[in-house]
Amino acid sequence: MLGVILRRLSISAVILLVVSMLVFVATLLLPGDPAQAILGQQATPERLAALREQMNLNDPFIQRYLDWLGGLFVGDFGSSTASGGSVGALLGDRVVNSLVLMVAAAVISIPVGIIVGTYSALRRGKAGDHAATGISLVLAALPDFVIGIVLVALFSTTVFRVLPSVTIAAPGEHVWDYPGQLILPVLTLVLVVIPYIIRMMRTTMIEVLDSGYVEMARLKGVPERQVIWRHALPHAIAPVAQVVAIQLAWLAGGIVIVEFLFRYPGMGQALVDAVTNRDVQVVQALAMLIAAVYVVVNLLADIVGIMTNPKLRTGGMR
Amino acid sequence: MSTIDTHTETPVTIDETPPGLLRRILRQRQAKVGLALTGVIVVLAVFGPLLLPWLTGYTSTEFAGRPFQPDGLFGTDNLGRDVLSRFLDGGLSLLVFAALATGLGMLVGTAAGMLAAYQGGWLDSVIMRGNDVLLALPQLVFALLAITVLGPQGWVVVLVIGITHAPRVARVTRSAASAVITEDFVRASEMYAVPRWKILAKDVLPNITGPLMVELGLRMTYSIAAIASLSFLGLGMQPPAADWGLMINENRTAMTLQPWGVFLPVLAIAILTVGSNLITDAVARASATVEESK
Repeated sequence: MLGVILRRLSISAVILLVVSMLVFVATLLLPGDPAQAILGQQATPERLAALREQMNLNDPFIQRYLDWLGGLFVGDFGSSTASGGSVGALLGDRVVNSLVLMVAAAVISIPVGIIVGTYSALRRGKAGDHAATGISLVLAALPDFVIGIVLVALFSTTVFRVLPSVTIAAPGEHVWDYPGQLILPVLTLVLVVIPYIIRMMRTTMIEVLDSGYVEMARLKGVPERQVIWRHALPHAIAPVAQVVAIQLAWLAGGIVIVEFLFRYPGMGQALVDAVTNRDVQVVQALAMLIAAVYVVVNLLADIVGIMTNPKLRTGGMR
Repeated sequence: MSTIDTHTETPVTIDETPPGLLRRILRQRQAKVGLALTGVIVVLAVFGPLLLPWLTGYTSTEFAGRPFQPDGLFGTDNLGRDVLSRFLDGGLSLLVFAALATGLGMLVGTAAGMLAAYQGGWLDSVIMRGNDVLLALPQLVFALLAITVLGPQGWVVVLVIGITHAPRVARVTRSAASAVITEDFVRASEMYAVPRWKILAKDVLPNITGPLMVELGLRMTYSIAAIASLSFLGLGMQPPAADWGLMINENRTAMTLQPWGVFLPVLAIAILTVGSNLITDAVARASATVEESK
């Protein structure tokens, strides 16, 4: 088992390395000179030369790539092309804010998704199941910003005006100091993620309920409650873990839209601003951060998959 | 004796020729609802621009009056342009870009997936590892990276959404195709020295249309969502062009004053994606029953 996990780990490391090359090459394709972009058109040639020297722009490409890659490991993300400030300082708080949003969305959507999916499977073909399936089909189709806008219309502008649709965080304050303003962004993310969890849970649960050992347990006279909790549910959870992981990884990208919509001061908002300003250093750093989250979550999902799969679990012992 | 024979034989022949995929799709209520929903929006988006100055009196970029006035059917937007005109003009670009991106992704993904499955060996490894790398970046982040470098232009959006679809399509194609290439008819074609591309196009491709159709529907839904999202972020279509995603972005800050500027495009995008998802779901069910009846 350890061998399989180590193999998987090294694949992830290689993937991240290739992604970093891809992201770095993007800078080379960009027209114009970063030093010029920071200092503006009026800069004297001496200052330009000095800044180029300071930013190591005169070094060969490979050298710059290695410097940048090395910097990523020690938290040095370079300096912003637009503002000249340190990218790391710019992103510190925002990463935390985004994680708050992602974790809150995950903590709500995973149990609710599993419960609704199980309920749907147990009441297969009845009204409750049809409602859950229909709603998740519609939600799965809607783009994230459409769900967000509808929520804003419902709860903060047109129908009711009970929740704020814009996030306000003064410097020195935390976004979670005002829990009310987190409700709509988190709810949007939950509604975006949950249909996939419900669907997968329903499908696997139906499969498990139709299986031989559940029938056996029922025929033995095991109470129905125990059949569901002890025999069926644990076996249905494993494949759902995979879907949950994919959705969590997806959240790393999905927050971009939601943060932009609610003006939430997180990584996604920073990314959109950086793209609008063509601030390459910030875009690079954020792309790497998001890719890293994505790859790590997928890796964890695979490791859970390996550890719960008896064939692979015993494979290493031979 | 002969009567019994015909009796036992007739049901067998019926089973051997199940109705075609299209017929089985259309037999489902979901597919009909989905087709009706998407149909309405497609007709609106395609014929809307043709009706333009004639129906509302204004083109989509012309100023009709002061901002947020109740002039015309749905009033004016933040710059005083007619909301209905902009709505009618704003759907075609989304549909065309989404269709092009989906087409590109399906083409590249199917070709790569079939090649990987058929050739195997190092080519298979290279293609699938390349897939893994592309899949390590969320679609939207990849798109934003490309837009930073190349600028927010139509072809960039189409290209980047198409490319991000390709690895996902390639995975599905590869797994579907690898079940087909071991069949005897492929072996037979190989023995007759039929060219490789011909085997893939004539023997393999027709046998994986089911999963590919499902993938086509899924990718179309995601393309519409992704392209509308980019426009919504202000990184797709650029002002003053009329575009549903962009319209939502322009008018959302004044939703209490002028709800139609947001509601009309949101409604259109929602109907479009729900419709195409319903069709995809029907296709998936129809192709699953084919697999079972085999």
